[in-house]
Amino acid sequence: MTESDGYVLLALFLVPLGTALLLMLTPSRERTAIIGLTGLASLAMFALSVYTFVAYSFNGDQFQAVLAFTWMQNVGVLGDKGIQLKVGVDGIAASMVLLTGIVILAGTWVSWKIEDRLKDFFILLYILVAGVFGTFVMLDLFFWFLLYETALLPMYLLIAVWGSTRKEYGAMKLMMMLLAGSILIFTAIFAMYTELGAGSFDMELFFAANFDEDFQKIFFPMILVGCGTLGAIFPFHSWSPDGHAAAPTAVSMLHAGVLMKLGAFGVIRLGFQMMPEGGEFWAPAMIVVGIVAALYGAVSALRQTDLKLMTGFSSVSHMGYVFLGLGTMNVIGWNGAVLQMFAHGVMTALFFLLIGGMYDQSHDREIPHFSGLAKQMPIWSIFFVIAGLASLGLPGLSGFVAEVHIFIGTFRSYPIVGGLAVLTAAITATYLLRMFAQAFFGQPNPQWGGLNEITWGERAGATVLAGSIVLLGLWPAPWIDRISPSIIDVIPGVTL
Amino acid sequence: MDVLGNELNFQYELLLPEIVLAVTAMLIVGLDAFRTELNLGRRTLPGLAILGLVIAGGLSLTWIDSDTDFARLITIDNFTTFFRLLFIATALVIIVGSWEYIERYVAHNAEFYGLLLLSTAGAIYMAAARDLLTAYLALEVLSFSLYTIVSLARNDQRSGEAALKYVLLGGVASAMLLYGLSLLYGVAGSTQYPEIAAALSAGVEDVELPLLLGLVLIVGGLGFKASAVPFHMYAPDAYEGAPLPVTAYLSATSKAAAMALFLRWFAGPLLPAIDDWQWMIAVVAVATMVLGNLVALQQRNIKRLLAYSSIGQVGFMLMAIVTISEVSASALLLHMGGYLVTNLAVFMAVIAFYNQTQKEDIVEFRGLAQTNPFLALVMTAGLFSLAGMPLLAGFLTKFILFQSVVDGGYTWLVMIALIMSTVSLYYYLQVVKQMYLYEPSGNPARWRLSPTGYLATGVLLVATVVLGIYASPLYTAADRATVALFS
Repeated sequence: MTESDGYVLLALFLVPLGTALLLMLTPSRERTAIIGLTGLASLAMFALSVYTFVAYSFNGDQFQAVLAFTWMQNVGVLGDKGIQLKVGVDGIAASMVLLTGIVILAGTWVSWKIEDRLKDFFILLYILVAGVFGTFVMLDLFFWFLLYETALLPMYLLIAVWGSTRKEYGAMKLMMMLLAGSILIFTAIFAMYTELGAGSFDMELFFAANFDEDFQKIFFPMILVGCGTLGAIFPFHSWSPDGHAAAPTAVSMLHAGVLMKLGAFGVIRLGFQMMPEGGEFWAPAMIVVGIVAALYGAVSALRQTDLKLMTGFSSVSHMGYVFLGLGTMNVIGWNGAVLQMFAHGVMTALFFLLIGGMYDQSHDREIPHFSGLAKQMPIWSIFFVIAGLASLGLPGLSGFVAEVHIFIGTFRSYPIVGGLAVLTAAITATYLLRMFAQAFFGQPNPQWGGLNEITWGERAGATVLAGSIVLLGLWPAPWIDRISPSIIDVIPGVTL
Repeated sequence: MDVLGNELNFQYELLLPEIVLAVTAMLIVGLDAFRTELNLGRRTLPGLAILGLVIAGGLSLTWIDSDTDFARLITIDNFTTFFRLLFIATALVIIVGSWEYIERYVAHNAEFYGLLLLSTAGAIYMAAARDLLTAYLALEVLSFSLYTIVSLARNDQRSGEAALKYVLLGGVASAMLLYGLSLLYGVAGSTQYPEIAAALSAGVEDVELPLLLGLVLIVGGLGFKASAVPFHMYAPDAYEGAPLPVTAYLSATSKAAAMALFLRWFAGPLLPAIDDWQWMIAVVAVATMVLGNLVALQQRNIKRLLAYSSIGQVGFMLMAIVTISEVSASALLLHMGGYLVTNLAVFMAVIAFYNQTQKEDIVEFRGLAQTNPFLALVMTAGLFSLAGMPLLAGFLTKFILFQSVVDGGYTWLVMIALIMSTVSLYYYLQVVKQMYLYEPSGNPARWRLSPTGYLATGVLLVATVVLGIYASPLYTAADRATVALFS
């Protein structure tokens, strides 16, 4: 990628932001205009994100399409290049950009059936997406954090206004826990800036900073817990099932699919990349936390009867794998972690899309209340089974590729933990297959005779997501080619 | 010539903006006496006040980058110009955004406008003074104007009670301050800032105790004006009882003027004694941000909520005094600019809301997103900005402020501030929740703002967003003001 591709990265977050502005000026009764505008914007974002991923050349520099504009400098606390609008991607970020593009495409399509205040919903959703894209591509710490917070802020209103099931509680809990996490990130950023003493928030200076080892040991865990809270790291995950259960469909999709990855991405960028020695020191703790989260999430999911809560806990479990992979400190484990971020993103987005498609009709998500859904909603069921099989790690689907990397990586570093990780996969298979048996097969329940097949918008969204699952499962090379070289640059001390 | 035989500079044109303000004030009160004879329209008085402010603001611009003084009493440098423009703009916004409110709910309109202009002049001289007595007199001009206009609410008994409480406690605080200043004079032997600085840096070994006592009293007296804990007791009652525009003015100009004086004193004459007062301000800052934000959690009245939240904000600002340096002072000025814009946006929205509904309880805001989406947007943006949320002024200015305090070596202070900032979001969200989550309680029909209501809230909303993304001009201005402060 060349410098001019930097404008593509800028467009990634300016398109949703501009769309949000245009929507503000559109009268809310003009539903067709709103749908048309968001349709165009979603396609544009998807196209830009695919371009970013494809154009990233895996033989080139670590950061590509780097483009910087001076924003504020040589004033007060800021020195040369104080705050810049600086964008650029590495292989990890390029994969995450693609993930976001896919999920927002599907998320936009399924949201068109919202009746209540559609315009306001999209304004907030697109501000959120602008924040997510921006965080993935930003190479200036000030803007990185500004956009990171931008991705969190609309969440409160999105859940509290358009959500279901204890929505005010879920929204407030989510907001407060995530912002409490931000306190730690804030502190670490301030401390690193002062320690660096360059008067600049340019992230590449931080990557090269080589902070004092004790400093790294103190501030790495702040980033780990701060960003990790958004990544639902155990034991700071408790906002996640409640928040997901309460959130409206597209928000659950984006949140579980993309935002939680933002947390893990933050741990990589601000944690490992800026404080590698701190990361090495705390890696064993991440192994413990990761495996506990994986097991705990899976066992909790086993006990849930609400479909969304089950998926929520399943997300906690799968994000546990991500932190497990990062904790291995070897290339295979890290590859698996980043692949898992992508794989879990598309898979969980598909889950929430389908659950939302059914809940809107039935207003019930209790698994025991259903049976024989496969006969009533065959297309819906096929998509659901694809997501489920990807989740339990069936070869040929995305989950397998990611998990196998993580397991191998873990076995190399910590064999016993690797065994536990495989056990987790078995528990995952148990709750998913049991749910399929109960709700999908057997005699159709006449109570749900009125359930219709999902809408065309939802089918199209589900197709994109399921297609990504299959594509990554069958042909993971494009991802691995981009991720591996970046990983080797991120953690120099990494073993193969 | 002064007592030392130095030539004094008596260029009266240096004082022109304040002279314009004072003359306009007199004119307004004088014209009002002949209201019936002159057949004055309802827009005449506010129009005249606006005209005076615009002229004064325009004149202030001519002294950008000047560095001179008037009779060694008033400094005219970038710091003064910064605050001149800030205070004049604040008064302008308040009059434009609330003249309808004033017409309907404030007794004695002419006196209100007159005193508002006079107090603005007082606030400016608090920032501009280079002599303890001048500073004290300016502070009293501001305070006495405020005591009076707090009591001007029509048909509201809380107003009189608020004014009485304010004037009594304010008098005690002034006495404290004055005693502190006299002790400082005794220690340093001068009331002029440069002489005090010179005397204090020469060493004060045998007068440590009087100096310490003087500093305690000065911090207390100034803390009262800034409504810092534990000198904040009057603030919530005064805020609640005062007419809404006065509440806005109290939380904006009155606080900013106190912070200006803090900066002038603690970055200038008192800087050599930093070891004696740094811990005091740190304690006050922590108490202010913790108590202000925690008590705000329990408020049901929007004015009281904003009163406590602005107390919390003062705690954040005081952190920059603790670590006083060019870096943190310019960050403080930047933050103050952002805070004024944001805070006024919220107040102008509340005033527009009150004009329509005559209600000021938080629950009364329910369903505002349906009855007036624009106003709900302004309120939400303002409250989120106060909480330091991104894309809005509050995020950027707080970020810079906190970074400068960490640079000054007070990371623990910033951690407390960050926690309290998060707490503040909780109570701001309570208001946002009412507006967006619930159905309107009474008549769900849409209503519109008046044209000036749109103007004031719209401009402030745009300013809040622009400052949150691109604050470079304001930061540069703040930086130049700071350079003047430390020179």
